[in-house]
Amino acid sequence: METTEISPTFAAYDSKIEGNVIFTRVDAAMNWMRKNSLWPMPMGLACCAIELMATASSRFDISRFGMEVMRFSPRQSDVMIVAGTVTYKMALAVKRVWDQMPEPKWCIAMGACASSGGMYRSYAVLQGIDKLIPVDVYISGCPPRPEALIEGLMKLQRKIEGTSAMMEQKKELLEDLA
Amino acid sequence: MSAADIQSIQGKFSNAVLDHKEFREEFTVTVTLESLHAVLQFCKETLGYDFLIDISSLDHFGDDPRFAMVYELATVDDKKHLRVKAPVAEEESVPSACDLWLAADWHEREVYDMMGIPFTNHPNLKRILMWEGYPFYPLRKDFPLAGRPSDMPDVAFSGVAPLEGGPFVTSCGTDDVVRREPRARDQK
Repeated sequence: METTEISPTFAAYDSKIEGNVIFTRVDAAMNWMRKNSLWPMPMGLACCAIELMATASSRFDISRFGMEVMRFSPRQSDVMIVAGTVTYKMALAVKRVWDQMPEPKWCIAMGACASSGGMYRSYAVLQGIDKLIPVDVYISGCPPRPEALIEGLMKLQRKIEGTSAMMEQKKELLEDLA
Repeated sequence: MSAADIQSIQGKFSNAVLDHKEFREEFTVTVTLESLHAVLQFCKETLGYDFLIDISSLDHFGDDPRFAMVYELATVDDKKHLRVKAPVAEEESVPSACDLWLAADWHEREVYDMMGIPFTNHPNLKRILMWEGYPFYPLRKDFPLAGRPSDMPDVAFSGVAPLEGGPFVTSCGTDDVVRREPRARDQK
């Protein structure tokens, strides 16, 4: 006699009976959708922008991760990739674009300059974009290779997987009702 | 050649020429600030220096006069080059060369921005690299490399970069990277 062991995780789902129905948590579904269509805001300020362009084009092709839709309008973008040296003259413009992006939003500091000012220990350069806006992923390199940027974006995807925004909102709602 | 041109400048502006020299086929003539514009005009219109390569400025901090203007002139066919210098004291302003060479516009704005030397008769004298309202002149010798804090609300701010004891410099001839590129080196 043949015995089939059914994993308890998928016990509730029988494809023969229920067709295209899956059970999951709202958070998991939301995070899955968010992480697989991260639309970047390319904040290309220096030579890192060249590597950012290379990452987007055919050889590396971040459309494999659903990130190829570079949006030059902040209202349509999810993740700001600060690629390059942020001068004090540019700093508040970067901040303004960041403020215009709708939540949820993430920020990647690409390269040494955006992360810490890099080799520009000078009067004209902001010593890291994290002095102005919160950074989720720092990528080392001067400039980082496209692989490094993709690694950073995948790190960001893993971070998004772990967020539990809906759970917390639900908790708050239940507390309000109680 | 430029040596003959320096002689004709000396002939026409005998009182104005403070110094002239040749070093490795580079010809430099130093003139007073009062006659600077007339000398430049003579160079362009009579001697044929129709190409302004660059304008820069020097800060001889501690000397008097403190600053110096440097004009790099050439002919378009690149046959001859001439460097014209003029000492500028603090609080003095320099007559603009924009009426002679249009190229002088941005160069003079950069000198004004970085060194704080004002120009007279300039069509659009405002900062070119730093923002309008930045209170310092960064290339002056008494301005620290790390910068100074400033704040213009809604425009820009600036801070002090962490130099941690000294500028980051590399020295060759040492064995390993740690010794070649120290995180910090004592600033004298």
